[in-house]
Amino acid sequence: MGWMIMGSIALVAIILIQIGRINELAARIRGEEEAQFRSNTFNGGLGVVFMVGFLTFVFASFMYYKNSLLGYGPHTSASIHGTWIDNTFNITMTITMIVFVITHILLFWYAWKYRERAGHAATFYPHNNKLEMIWMGVPAIVMTFLVIGGLSVWNRTMADIPDHWTPVSGLNEIGEEDYIEVEGTGLQWQWILRHPGEDGKLGARYYTEIEPGINPLGQIWTDEKNHDDLQPDKLVLPVNVPVRVRIVAMDVLHNFYLPHFRVKMDAVPGMPTYFVFTPTTTTKEYRQRLKDYPEWQEIADPDDEEKKQRWEVFDYELACAELCGKGHFSMRRVVEVVEQDEYIAWMSEQKSYYSTNIEGTAKDTYKEGVLSDKETEAESEENITKEDAEITDNKLSEAI
Amino acid sequence: MASIDIIKQDELEHGHDDHHGHDDHDHHGDKYQSGFITHYIFSTDHKMISKQFLITGMFWAVIGALMSLVFRLQLGFPEENMLWLKPILGKWITVSDGIGTLAPDFYYALVTMHGTILVFFVLTAGLSGTFSNLLIPLQIGARDMASGFLNMLSYWFFFLAGTIMFASLFLSTGPFAGGWTAYPPLSALPQAMSGSGAGMTLWAVSLIFFVVSVLLGGMNYITTVLNLRTKGMTMWRLPLTIWAFLVTAILGLLSFPVLVSAIFLLIFDRSLGTSFFLSEIFIQGEALSNVGGSPILYQHLFWFLGHPEVYIIIVPAFGIVSEVMSVHARKPIFGYKAMVLSILAIAILAFIVWAHHMFMSGVNPFIANIFVLFTLIIAVPSAVKVFNWIATLWGGNIRFNTAMLFSIGFVSLFISGGLTGIFLGNSAIDIQLHDTYFVVAHFHIVMGIAAFFGMYAGVYHWFPRLYGRFMNETLGKIHFWGTMIGAYAIFWPMHYLGMAGVPRRYYKFGNFDAFAHFGDMNKFITIAAIIVFFLQVLMLINFFYSIFRGKKQTTLNPYDANTLEWTVPINAGHGNWSGEIPHVHRWAYDYSKGGRNIPQTEPLGDGEQDMGNDHH
Repeated sequence: MGWMIMGSIALVAIILIQIGRINELAARIRGEEEAQFRSNTFNGGLGVVFMVGFLTFVFASFMYYKNSLLGYGPHTSASIHGTWIDNTFNITMTITMIVFVITHILLFWYAWKYRERAGHAATFYPHNNKLEMIWMGVPAIVMTFLVIGGLSVWNRTMADIPDHWTPVSGLNEIGEEDYIEVEGTGLQWQWILRHPGEDGKLGARYYTEIEPGINPLGQIWTDEKNHDDLQPDKLVLPVNVPVRVRIVAMDVLHNFYLPHFRVKMDAVPGMPTYFVFTPTTTTKEYRQRLKDYPEWQEIADPDDEEKKQRWEVFDYELACAELCGKGHFSMRRVVEVVEQDEYIAWMSEQKSYYSTNIEGTAKDTYKEGVLSDKETEAESEENITKEDAEITDNKLSEAI
Repeated sequence: MASIDIIKQDELEHGHDDHHGHDDHDHHGDKYQSGFITHYIFSTDHKMISKQFLITGMFWAVIGALMSLVFRLQLGFPEENMLWLKPILGKWITVSDGIGTLAPDFYYALVTMHGTILVFFVLTAGLSGTFSNLLIPLQIGARDMASGFLNMLSYWFFFLAGTIMFASLFLSTGPFAGGWTAYPPLSALPQAMSGSGAGMTLWAVSLIFFVVSVLLGGMNYITTVLNLRTKGMTMWRLPLTIWAFLVTAILGLLSFPVLVSAIFLLIFDRSLGTSFFLSEIFIQGEALSNVGGSPILYQHLFWFLGHPEVYIIIVPAFGIVSEVMSVHARKPIFGYKAMVLSILAIAILAFIVWAHHMFMSGVNPFIANIFVLFTLIIAVPSAVKVFNWIATLWGGNIRFNTAMLFSIGFVSLFISGGLTGIFLGNSAIDIQLHDTYFVVAHFHIVMGIAAFFGMYAGVYHWFPRLYGRFMNETLGKIHFWGTMIGAYAIFWPMHYLGMAGVPRRYYKFGNFDAFAHFGDMNKFITIAAIIVFFLQVLMLINFFYSIFRGKKQTTLNPYDANTLEWTVPINAGHGNWSGEIPHVHRWAYDYSKGGRNIPQTEPLGDGEQDMGNDHH
């Protein structure tokens, strides 16, 4: 089989080379100039054919993949800022598509129209300052609008939670200026999620405290805020509540990527980052939205006896988007956005990591009212980072 | 010196007899050229060094492309049996139940090596090295580079760098696999990835030698352009190729040392226990003692080279395409000064946009305000270039040979890939598109394929200048049309993958429902990639066949071009011109002026103005 493929490739190569040689001989017999003119007409014409074909392919593929386009149909964002991003994307798409089509038509049309042929000559036309000012000025103006529009979205999206807002658990009524802070820790090759528990606050942690299997995040048990922190296997969030994700890396760079929410931020060892977003669509609502699209009506898993369709098993996903080693492609977690009452029901079923794994064991360093040296150390560590760079997590020191 | 294209055959071989001046050279008795080793291996002749760069670049291009085929097979046909690759890849194909699977470690090694090789060895050394060496002395009227010896060293340092990188492919732990950007801590910690051990050490050493090569070459190019121009060759009379090579060399000289500093700090972190890029790391059950460093510092240093680097790749292609287009459209390049100024503008902006690669890296979001602004400003000089190229075609008398086709194709790719840069340079959109296939599509089209098209335009156009023969035009055109269609077939669909959110550098997509449903597209891309690869093999066959059997160059100036390289005798020896170096009296683009193509060597007529100088 392999040899046959190799053989046929060699055969094609030989045929092409022979065609090349024959054409060259034919050109010599016919006269170089005439052969060049024929080639000009042929290749110039081919250029126009290519241009038409290419533009057709572009628009046909757009239609074919329209359900993958940002902000369209099933690929609409599930967060507030995500719709701003999708709008910016689509404005940019409209503008660039116009430029793309016009320049491609001109490029291949002029190449054809001004092909070398008998009795045709070139025009000596070295420059035209007015024209050049126009095609410098117009892009400059368009770019100005794109920069202003893009940065306005960017600065609104990347703004941190205002300092006077309150971290809450979401168990009680959520006020205007409340938010939920959760944490995603990337390590080779999984995400460990942390939920603040009833107090709404994440407890202190330091990397030297990490013990795989026992204290995977290096939480400091003398900090009472740790005692109700959950380590759920999926991220459960109430709809329409701002979420501040504290993003941490344990070993190498990772990236906390929620494609459906347009959330993406590197996890950096030694420097916690954050991303604030507000989910607007529950998982159930998103499934209903997908239901109408044929590609989502396919059977999700052929081995499944219930023959569930893809939209029925849809979940928001958390992925890694920064190369982190050989398991980079496999760091999946599920994100579930639910109504407030479902959220409270879920929370009431959860047990904190401390109460199930640590409390009362030899690893329990907690003594009420006594701060260990380690905690003080960790606290000062956090404070230093906070003062040094605004981007680091200033919410954590509040939590401590 | 007018109408140099109509001369007798013996003059072609021996140059003009009527121009013997005080600096005559007799090349037939050149003792420095006599031996095989000094002529073909340790040559100091820029023309030979140019061929060395080109052919070494071709070698690396084939290696890099083959790697991409292997990982494209994995992406397009993840379920397929890869056992047949075991004789070549050995233990990197793991076998269970007779089914061979590509090891994820090695998938990432292939991706990493593909990027490193293509960016540095092919599109920097192979493109800029080849054409700067060939054209700078020939087009400015110099007998060689300012220092032939340093020029020779430049190639041999490149060769050394390549040898080390090549050796790393055969390590038992595999070559470096942490991405061509080599971000720490992944690249700093051998326990993070098998390729981050000896593979990373060799990667770092290889790149340091590579930078030595770039700097030796770059100093030479700059010195030569500034000091060795022939009489009358003012800066504003330089062909655009030379402007492009000059600016490329300056970019390299200013940015590559920063990469070396980053690599040295990385080596310190790896070997000496420093913490430049490492802080609070817990890996493989162990808390490392490094605190206080920042991986983001490395990213700043890397992209301070990395962004200018993409212009180091594309700017020579700008120059080549401008020159080839003007010659074959039989028209002056439209807006010569605007073309020069836009190259300069792009080069200056290249140094203040690096952090647009880092919008989502955890840097303070505020700095995006500056970097988005400067990044999108690049669209302005780029637009000027595109419109000027199109205006050059307008009113031309276009000769469609392969070189010209690749130039037109270049403009198409530069538009397609450049426009997607407007999405990615806008930080808001970059939140979603960062590190997705949209980025892969963008940079492959705008600096991968487009730079290759520039290189191909140059190779087809100047092949007679290299070997005294022509490449086969029919095969060239098959190569062009196949590659033009094939390259878009590979990279256009990737935009849709990116919009759907599919991340790059994934070994397989099956783990995520959001990314798993593009199997047909991935198959299509892989098949297109295989076809395009064989078209490039066809080009290589054409190249080597034509060196020995191609149509002979019978006239000195086969394209009726104006520039000085076509006044040099065919197959000229070291020193280029056998007589006096010609003097220059006008700019390089007097095509179809008053119905004539006027070479740079022809004095200005009465009252005639030189477009390059004192006119505007």
